[in-house]
Amino acid sequence: MTSRDYSLLGEDGRRAVETGLAAAEWYHTDVPRKTMKELMQRSDAPAIRDTLIYYGAMIALAGIGIWLWPSWWSAPFWLAYGVLYGSASDSRWHECGHGTAFRTPWMNNVVYEIASFMIMRNSATWRWSHARHHTDTYIVGRDPEIAVMRPPVLMKLIGNFFGIFDAWAFFNRLFYNAFIGVHPEEKTFVPQSEWPKVVRVARIYLAIYAATVGLAVWMGSILPLMVIGLPRLYGAWHHVMTGLLQHGALADNVIDHRLNSRTVYMNPISRFIYWNMNYHVEHHMFPMVPYHRLPELHAAIRHDLPAPTPSIWAGYREMWPIWLRQLRGEDVFLKRELPPTARPYREDFHAEALGRPQAAAQ
Amino acid sequence: MSQWIDACAADEIDREDVMRWDHAGRTFALYHSPDGEFFCTDGLCTHENVHLAGGLVMDYVIECPKHNGQFDYRTGEAMRAPVCVNLRTYPVKVEGGRVLVQVG
Ligand code: FES
Repeated sequence: MTSRDYSLLGEDGRRAVETGLAAAEWYHTDVPRKTMKELMQRSDAPAIRDTLIYYGAMIALAGIGIWLWPSWWSAPFWLAYGVLYGSASDSRWHECGHGTAFRTPWMNNVVYEIASFMIMRNSATWRWSHARHHTDTYIVGRDPEIAVMRPPVLMKLIGNFFGIFDAWAFFNRLFYNAFIGVHPEEKTFVPQSEWPKVVRVARIYLAIYAATVGLAVWMGSILPLMVIGLPRLYGAWHHVMTGLLQHGALADNVIDHRLNSRTVYMNPISRFIYWNMNYHVEHHMFPMVPYHRLPELHAAIRHDLPAPTPSIWAGYREMWPIWLRQLRGEDVFLKRELPPTARPYREDFHAEALGRPQAAAQ
Repeated sequence: MSQWIDACAADEIDREDVMRWDHAGRTFALYHSPDGEFFCTDGLCTHENVHLAGGLVMDYVIECPKHNGQFDYRTGEAMRAPVCVNLRTYPVKVEGGRVLVQVG
């Protein structure tokens, strides 16, 4: 396999800028302006409803967990609370970061700040890293949010189902930001005017964690950490499970989201937790469309997209063998076949952008 | 003083919407506000050169279709990350049902 340098300061990133692969013009399905305008419309109501259910369920589950503590009967309540804290916060962070969940800006900002804390992402830094993820989705050396690198580090993937490596990386960076400043990698995508905010946010997070640990020591119990902090570990599995499906085992260094993103059909509970980000090709093509309109966008453009993956299970069944082959050093990925109604891929352009021919697994 | 250029018919842009207008090798965005006024800004977002005409007009705000950055299209003020640099604006008037823009 051709080796890839995922560092944002490395050779692949430099080459992507040089060849025009970075900040390129991406493929978009043609959608009539009238339809798109309608789909982009914002509204507070769906997100207020979902947010009340979300925070209401968290308070109820944590309340019962505390009430039953330390009995093992509290375990299922903590497990459910953990998924809302350590997984649903990922999609709230995401949608409110885009500013599309609510129409009213302050509502997006409040939910974004709370979600960023829960999912252990510095709210000032990650707003910018996600903008870069949208500009240069899975462009090696440019996208700071590549979840599965080549070759994949399976230990890291599995460990992150329990948040282990993410939390480790988060606390390392938190201490760095709080005591030293903005990291050189972060300086490549966070504008200088925002650097003081990165440090301020890191210090606030650190103070909250210090207070929680202090309370736990004072009480002689891990109960406070069951409410704040630990659920990012014991409840992380759902957001990792859905997150890996977004781009896992698909092409990198291409500029057509139909090649590097995956739409997956899933059950309504997962879709509530994930705020419809299972429509991932649609989201990347048209990030202006709020989560609650993505099913309609999917219906409007599906003729131009690869067939959706029918289930979470089917997604893992197709990704796993590719990861294993990549581990053995093969330069393979899943190529998404298009229906006859779709506009074809610009293969020539992608090969050129890669600078080398790339083998497709299917 | 630069000239007024005839850009389009006033009824070509819906209320609370935006349209791309190219002139003399440059690209602009023309807006029709909810209360019937017209405005003009540079056509490309100051973040990453994306055409704002693909974006969403909400009241007096244009939201960029790429990363959801927002500008007040009346003043060009950058209002929401990731945009930090203001947009340039141009004077607009409507005469005889035509939208005229004074491009500097
Ligand atoms: S290109 Fe407009 S917000 Fe990024």
